[in-house]
Amino acid sequence: MEMPTPDPDVLAQKAQLVTRLLQVLPKQAVITDEVETRAYECDALTAYRCPPMLVVLPSSTKEVSDILAICHAMGVPVVPRGAGTSLAGGALPTADCVILGVARMNRVLETDYDNRTIRVETGRTNLSVTGAVAEQDFFYAPDPSSQLACAIAGNIAMNSGGAHCLKYGVTTNNLLGVTLVLMDGTVTEIGGGHLDSGGLDLLGLICGSEGQLGVVTEATLRILRKPEGARPVLIGFDDNEVAGACVSDIIRAGVLPVAIEFMDRPCIEATEAFAHAGYPMCEALLIVEVEGSPKEIDTQLKVIKDIARGHNPVELREAKDEEEAGRIWLGRKSAFGAMGQINDYMCLDGTIPVTALPFVLRRISEMSKEYGLDVANVFHAGDGNMHPLILFDANKPGDLEQCEAFGAEVLKLCVEVGGCLTGEHGVGVEKRDLMLHQYSAADLEAQMAIKDVFDPAWLLNPAKVFPLVISQGRRAARMAAE
Amino acid sequence: MMKPENEAGLAKMVMAAKGPLAVQGGATRGLTLTGEVLSTARLSGIELYEPGALTLVARAGTPVAEIEVALAEHGQRLAFEPMDHRGVAGTDGTPTIGGVVAGNISGPRRIQAGAARDFLLGVRFVDGNGVIIRNGGRVMKNVTGYDLVKLMAGSWGTLGVLSEVAFKVLPMAETQMTVMLSGLDTDRAVRAMSSALCSPFEVSGAAYDPAGRDGNPVVMLRLEGFGGSVAYRAGKIRDLMAGQGEISQTETPAQSADIWKAVRDVKAFHNRKGDVWKLSVKPSDAPGLAKRLGASDLLFDWGGGLIWALMPEGSDLRAKAGRFDGHATLVRADKDTKARLGVFQPLSAPLEEITKGLRDRFDPRGIFNTGLMQPAAGA
Repeated sequence: MEMPTPDPDVLAQKAQLVTRLLQVLPKQAVITDEVETRAYECDALTAYRCPPMLVVLPSSTKEVSDILAICHAMGVPVVPRGAGTSLAGGALPTADCVILGVARMNRVLETDYDNRTIRVETGRTNLSVTGAVAEQDFFYAPDPSSQLACAIAGNIAMNSGGAHCLKYGVTTNNLLGVTLVLMDGTVTEIGGGHLDSGGLDLLGLICGSEGQLGVVTEATLRILRKPEGARPVLIGFDDNEVAGACVSDIIRAGVLPVAIEFMDRPCIEATEAFAHAGYPMCEALLIVEVEGSPKEIDTQLKVIKDIARGHNPVELREAKDEEEAGRIWLGRKSAFGAMGQINDYMCLDGTIPVTALPFVLRRISEMSKEYGLDVANVFHAGDGNMHPLILFDANKPGDLEQCEAFGAEVLKLCVEVGGCLTGEHGVGVEKRDLMLHQYSAADLEAQMAIKDVFDPAWLLNPAKVFPLVISQGRRAARMAAE
Repeated sequence: MMKPENEAGLAKMVMAAKGPLAVQGGATRGLTLTGEVLSTARLSGIELYEPGALTLVARAGTPVAEIEVALAEHGQRLAFEPMDHRGVAGTDGTPTIGGVVAGNISGPRRIQAGAARDFLLGVRFVDGNGVIIRNGGRVMKNVTGYDLVKLMAGSWGTLGVLSEVAFKVLPMAETQMTVMLSGLDTDRAVRAMSSALCSPFEVSGAAYDPAGRDGNPVVMLRLEGFGGSVAYRAGKIRDLMAGQGEISQTETPAQSADIWKAVRDVKAFHNRKGDVWKLSVKPSDAPGLAKRLGASDLLFDWGGGLIWALMPEGSDLRAKAGRFDGHATLVRADKDTKARLGVFQPLSAPLEEITKGLRDRFDPRGIFNTGLMQPAAGA
């Protein structure tokens, strides 16, 4: 992965920077030791690593503001970091950067059931937001697979989704307000406890901007009352394309499941060996979940089962009780872990129109033969968000490169059929150089113009989102200005 | 008036423009604009509709009604329930889908399903330099690059002229029913709506009319879905509301639909003297705020989170409201009042600066809807 050459002027200022940071931060919030900073050299995209110049761990919005003001004044790049679970290298450091980790800011500031909101510091983990309101039978809807570990800060930066966003939407649909610290240290509030924005929808712009426009330190999130119940049904097919057609028919039928998950044979076999969920051995498997009272669930599942039967399933299994429901989900939830047990893999994240599922699945399996690498498919079929896992051997020379090339081809295919490069993981460094396959230079110029407004010196989260070749002029201008 | 026939023509006209442009779709939303009118009315037609993928792509000038008919043929709808401003704003003309996006126009279901911006998947627009820009696409999950889709929604034509929009659509509900609770004052009404919205029974509309249709204040709670499920949940909501007031429910789905069309379009204020204001607030703040306004009439939607206020002409609602968590928009008033008070709530200094920066970048010549969403001249 090509990263910009570290700025020697910035590196030369390290001692002075540390001195200034220690004037506004307690000693334990500034990490300069090379062994300790190494813990921040990568996120969950571990193929790419680079230790940062130093790491700061603020405990308040005021401290974040002070840090950014100092870095701004000294021209030091800053990489914001939540829990470091990005699969796209969204928190990959540069050698001349300060990592600003918000993990110590994890308090619940206000729970407001009447207005169905919760205000938290953004270092709080996704699942612990739900944890804070579960006692009153409420929950926070976006549920990325990494929800046990990932922070709200990163969820906002990447506009994270999850298995249940077919019904509940992604982060941006559940975010009502933020405290945003701009690169020059200015603290500003956007949104709050009300719906819709007063001026331009800056909240919508911040969400998904990959930490490049400001650092979000607090967030007001929408919480929802838990449904009375939920029940999944498992449907097996002897053909991928038939499963894809079934998904499309379910969506058309007027029932809106909370989740429609898809797994193909390689994935079923791996998870079965790992988690023993009792899955049938077939070509494709759907998990469809609906919510409501027991009777409402019966009604919806009847519609779904009738549609499924029309596609000649080899298996149609409805969860009889909580325990069986848990087992059905167990396999899906452990799919990535199971694949990791047997192989190195690269997880893609393109989205396609649901109607293109059969075609895209067929093309991926053809490409798999061309590249000589196996693929397992596990993804959110209801909204077309694919997660092909390309299996490779990290110890075999050339395999990673072959895998990267294969992955790029799959993402280009997603774009060709009317989809996009990334549905929920973000661009980060991983898909940065593919952006020109989806957008024209003018489209990207418009996006970069936004960064110019929020962060004119291009100091925040450098070398992400935009191909280096097109952001080069801006970065060069910053270096020249110093 | 300029009426480009296609996107390329639109881009050329913007590039060649010498002075301010009043960007409009059907001009039904009651904005007062200056400059030569640039209308998207001829950029019309549905370009792609895939019921099985829940997506629809249309040119910006496509009438909302045309889209609703096309969707209804497949039992689908725009779930955010865009309101029709013509009655309340005293305008005629044809509401367009581009106008819905430009104003981020939603309706009562916003409280449950989300706003127009939440269903918007992609946009194409022409910026102030005449450059065609695309963002988002037509798939339901997309985090590829910055979200200009959200930025364009609700930007009222100040950043660019929309040429094409893509939406996620949803299945229509099989049926609906409205449970009504009469005789409550504003405090109790907002609490009742809050408890309904805090239930697991998926209330898709929660409004309060303090005057009612017969002078008796009424809380209205809408339930939608499959028949059996609606009946079940209506029963549960009735149980939940027991003892709080006189409870009734609609007899037919059509009755219920009429109620929500009236709420959506603020029918209570049609053909009445006075200025119309719209406030987005934290629901629990609504009763206190409403008391301070000195309004001639009020209507509460979104469980109290949206207040429609009919005010004596020329009165400064924002001064009466004082500081609150939210914002107030002046939807209908004469030109002078709009100029004096400003249509949109003034922003904090940092947000004002960012907004100005964005406008300078997207419209460097300052030709799009000049004065709109900018500090009032008198401020």
